[in-house]
Amino acid sequence: MKVPSQQRQILALVAVILPLLLLFAYVAIRSGPLAPVAVTVMQVESQPISPALFGIGTVGARYNYKIGPTTAGRVKQLYVDVGDRVEVGQVLGEMDPVDSDARIRALQAALKATRAAVRQAEAKAVYARSQARRYEKLLGADSVSEEQVATKRQELAVAEAALAAARDEVNRIQADIEALHAQRGHLKLISPVVGLVVAREANPGSSVMAGQAVVEVIDPTILWIDTRFDQISAAGLATGLPAMVRLRSRHEQRFKGRVLRLEPLADSVTQEMLAKIVFEREPLPMPPLGELAEVTVSLPSLPARPVIPNAAIREVEGRQGVWLLVDDGLRFVPVELGCSDLDGRVQVLNGLKEGQRIVVYSEKALTERSRINVVEQVPGVVP
Amino acid sequence: MISLAGRDILHAWGKFIFTGIGLGLLIGVTLTMAGVYRGMVADGKALLDNSGADLWIVQRDTLGPYAESSSVYDDLWRGVRAMPGVAAAANVTYLTMQVRHGQRDVRAMVVGIMAGNAGDPGWPPYLVAGRQITRGHYEAVADIATGFKLGDELKIRRNRYNVVGLTRRMVSSSGDPMVFIPLKDAQEAQFLKDNDAIWMQRRRTAANPAFNRPIVPGLLEAILDSQTTNNYVNAVLVRLARGYTSEEVAEPIRRWKRLTVYDRSQMEEILIGKLIATSAKQIGMFLAILAVVSAAIVAFIIYTLTMDKIREIAVLKLIGTRNRTIAKMIMQQALALGSIGFVVGKIAATFAAPHFPKYVLLMPADSIAGFFAVMLICVLASLVAIRLALKVDPAEAIGG
Repeated sequence: MKVPSQQRQILALVAVILPLLLLFAYVAIRSGPLAPVAVTVMQVESQPISPALFGIGTVGARYNYKIGPTTAGRVKQLYVDVGDRVEVGQVLGEMDPVDSDARIRALQAALKATRAAVRQAEAKAVYARSQARRYEKLLGADSVSEEQVATKRQELAVAEAALAAARDEVNRIQADIEALHAQRGHLKLISPVVGLVVAREANPGSSVMAGQAVVEVIDPTILWIDTRFDQISAAGLATGLPAMVRLRSRHEQRFKGRVLRLEPLADSVTQEMLAKIVFEREPLPMPPLGELAEVTVSLPSLPARPVIPNAAIREVEGRQGVWLLVDDGLRFVPVELGCSDLDGRVQVLNGLKEGQRIVVYSEKALTERSRINVVEQVPGVVP
Repeated sequence: MISLAGRDILHAWGKFIFTGIGLGLLIGVTLTMAGVYRGMVADGKALLDNSGADLWIVQRDTLGPYAESSSVYDDLWRGVRAMPGVAAAANVTYLTMQVRHGQRDVRAMVVGIMAGNAGDPGWPPYLVAGRQITRGHYEAVADIATGFKLGDELKIRRNRYNVVGLTRRMVSSSGDPMVFIPLKDAQEAQFLKDNDAIWMQRRRTAANPAFNRPIVPGLLEAILDSQTTNNYVNAVLVRLARGYTSEEVAEPIRRWKRLTVYDRSQMEEILIGKLIATSAKQIGMFLAILAVVSAAIVAFIIYTLTMDKIREIAVLKLIGTRNRTIAKMIMQQALALGSIGFVVGKIAATFAAPHFPKYVLLMPADSIAGFFAVMLICVLASLVAIRLALKVDPAEAIGG
């Protein structure tokens, strides 16, 4: 029986066992909770930043005109439809006059009757005046009693009052007729501006209330975006700032605009500030009203200060701060933060100096005792 | 003095090593299973850690927001913020849904976080790439486990979101990766219906004569507008001011705001004791069976290894070897086999763990306990084998 070389066996055994043990040691130290945390670090640099605000809003017309009748009635005719361009003074539609023509005719007849009544009163007054004059002469000749003269004078006064009343009645009826004519004029729905019809709320035959809109017209040359900014990130929002607008339907296109007005009333429920943004040049074709738009307002740039990315900011025991690299160990320093821009860069007002090295990304939450392994990129991140 | 065990191992070292590796893989599976169990618990705790909250305020008498659905009004946080001992209060929404990216979709928990600064309650506490959300709308920070990259465009319900940051180990209690989006968008995603549903609802309302009254123009529009508003969130996260205990702050909120408040330990109890209790028990049961089976197999292997050598042991006895020496040989071999098995098992489990779809947490304490368990099983199994070996008749060496 051939005896195998014992040394060779030992070597082979060691060749298997040793790598296993090395692998085991590596596994025990480099994985699990004992493993060092991969972090990326950066040096704090002073940089100017240009903060910007981001809000969303809806496209709206600055001026819109809701045109409807001043009295309740029925729509007789509409001459325009949604999408039509209209001129100043153009008749958009008419309300049904219903009985107003008949009422005018009735009043005209009443006017004639009243004028006849005026003539009758005039005749009576003329007769009463001559009677009064005659009796006064006769009184001078002592042919009639004083009482008779007084009666004639009273008759004259009554006749003159009746004449005045009849004349006033004529005026009243004339005014009524004018009022009816005016109302008939308002039955025409007239556009007050050059504009675009955006809504036709009622069709011929439908009854509408006084003041209810039948046709809605806007001025399509002046659009604005009713924009909402979260109050927490709206510091610095002011009139006249340049803005960049992206419409939901034209996502790749950007339109220039500016802040026209900051609303003095904020929305207390949604905790948003409201502002109106106007386009520098109206986008063509006109975006539909009510379309969602994203608005980025650029604020004036700020002078250089130490700047850190917002990914570096951590919260430890209720304080905001960053992990500072000191002698290859970690120390948490609370910082006071200033303005930030939309790319996530934040100015540090207090707590950090230029040139200090801080942790930006980390594989897991850090503590003072964490062992760290500084890497270019945290494992698993695809560049 | 020569080591009998060493000489015997050397004699058939290949067989010995392969037996050890086989045993190791079995131990590896057991360790991994323990890791799966620990991972489930760790997922639950990670959810609580990552929320950055000390107290959770939820709808009254619910176990929300993780274990049950809960909705509270979104202006509630202001009243809470003014209570003594509250350092920060923030609204949050949670919704588990499919998040679309191009042709594929990923199951994720969409978390709505209130506008503010990094480090606020609800915000991802750390990132591995990119930046935190800066715009109030249409930006997202995704967990790296979703497979999304920086600059990807996600679709959640009706809106598209730009991935601006990546984070890690932000998971729901069931291990789904999280996607953080601004609260207002998340409220919309959670409560706003799809377009068809909205149109149908509008038609239903318009058909109701109580709402569509000709003498009250504008009533229908007002009602339709009110139907599309959503002012609910799932919970309010509260961070305590220094020097206050959670009970000191929670009690007045329970009493005066008439809401349910949970602190960290109660939330852990809900998540681990209730939400994942059944699945954890399932895994635990499986782990127990696996441990018993592994122990049995280890014992059988050591027993058969000894039985293979029964003739040699008989020879040893024949030449007058002491019983103690034989017992030592068998026990040493068993312990060596166990050690190789454990080393291989630990290595296998460590390399296998990252490939699991859900988190597998291998705790050093588990490994140490596993090591002693393996050693104990080896000792017990070798005792049985030793007893057999010592009973062998030396005559068998020449007989048979």
